[in-house]
Amino acid sequence: MAQESGTSRVKRGMAEMLKGGVIMDVVNVEQAKIAEDAGAVAVMALERVPADIRAQGGVARMSDPDMIQAIQAAVSIPVMAKARIGHFVEAQILQSLGVDYIDESEVLTPTDYANHINKWDFTIPFVCGATNLGEALRRINEGAAMIRSKGEAGTGDVSNAMTHMRQIGGEIRRLTSMRDDELYVAAKEMQAPYDLVKEVAATGKLPVVLFTAGGIATPADAALMMQMGADGVFIGSGIFKSGDPKRRASACVKATTFYNDPKVVADASRGLGEAMVGINVADLPAPHRLSERGW
Amino acid sequence: MRVGVLALQGDFREHVGALSHCQVQAIEVRRVSELESIDALVIPGGESTTIVSLAKTFEVFEPIKKRIAAGMPVYGSCAGMIMLANQIVAAKEGQETFGGIDITVRRNAFGRQIDSFESDVIAPAISNSTIRAVFIRAPWVEKVGKDVEVLATYTGTDGVSHAVAVRQGHLLATAFHPEITDDYSVHRYFLEKVCK
Repeated sequence: MAQESGTSRVKRGMAEMLKGGVIMDVVNVEQAKIAEDAGAVAVMALERVPADIRAQGGVARMSDPDMIQAIQAAVSIPVMAKARIGHFVEAQILQSLGVDYIDESEVLTPTDYANHINKWDFTIPFVCGATNLGEALRRINEGAAMIRSKGEAGTGDVSNAMTHMRQIGGEIRRLTSMRDDELYVAAKEMQAPYDLVKEVAATGKLPVVLFTAGGIATPADAALMMQMGADGVFIGSGIFKSGDPKRRASACVKATTFYNDPKVVADASRGLGEAMVGINVADLPAPHRLSERGW
Repeated sequence: MRVGVLALQGDFREHVGALSHCQVQAIEVRRVSELESIDALVIPGGESTTIVSLAKTFEVFEPIKKRIAAGMPVYGSCAGMIMLANQIVAAKEGQETFGGIDITVRRNAFGRQIDSFESDVIAPAISNSTIRAVFIRAPWVEKVGKDVEVLATYTGTDGVSHAVAVRQGHLLATAFHPEITDDYSVHRYFLEKVCK
């Protein structure tokens, strides 16, 4: 029987299996094992979590292949890694390493200020960030098989993730209420391909899985994003920059599954020690806001 | 008959959708009270290590094991197949399963995501036509006990033919994901043959 790999169904299907789960940023084997033990559905292998990238500045790039492969060898769950926006050679490298998902991420320093990676060229699926529906559909048009709201990574401030989830959700709801003949202008205004706009208007959802990322630091944040319609959450700095990563990781996993049960979320929130030190997004000068990267 | 879908993590909504195409309104199962209200269970695709960890934390692990032993019909796809296997290899250290089917399953046997694929599978007991099977970081069955019926096989990267759909009495498992296609024959087979 003919075997087809890298089809949309295989790429998008992989994201379907991650739903209801937490994907955690890890910088070494030890953290990856803690994440797996805590019930993470996948880990994102990177050299510096967003909070450190923010603190240290400089150019943030793809991680060392040795570090990524050490993590692949250490855990049985999927391993993701980040490539810079538009840096298709970093993506080729990550594909050759056999990572399970590539995050074309605004957390790293962008390489191309006009174009994103042509993700149809790859067998490995991509996840991309979005702040609104037009951006999400442009990424899907380029081949992204999973979308995450961007939020503002490395802050511990969930307000931007909230804004982006409301924005994406609101725009989807507006499309579903439009007449067919209004969708052409809607597509023009959100700078998105008409066919995808039409599909979203008909189904009332994105054609791919939608996760949330950026600033999630507590079980309550995770549950909030799930109630806002996220299919799952990425937690970057929020876990391993906190006082008790082991407990916080497993607490966030519980809250993501039982997001509708305040008693479970309350129990998960007990005795977690210190949360990551936060930065208010409003205090960040505009050039330091990562969520504004991507076009 | 009330059918539940284990909804701790994974693509449980797709299974609920597939069952509703077969005219069955399935409920999502996360707690013992929900488990007690159902007659049959579907275990979705997802991350088996996450599902087992949550099942233990929220104390449905042992109750599900008991219901399986007491004869409740269960269908598991991918991670669900792992959860129904008596033995697993390439597992996380100490990883447990509900068990019930006398098979040894290799986790991520077909490889990482780069090796994931879709293909046609022939399973005469389930469908007269070929089934479009999506294998995502999929397991395969490495050893089959004598009471286990092999419903479909697929040749792995090792050049050997492996069971990818099996049944033992009231338990059914597939290494692939019919729930993310529009072919409902596996779900129909579960409802019409396995649950009866």
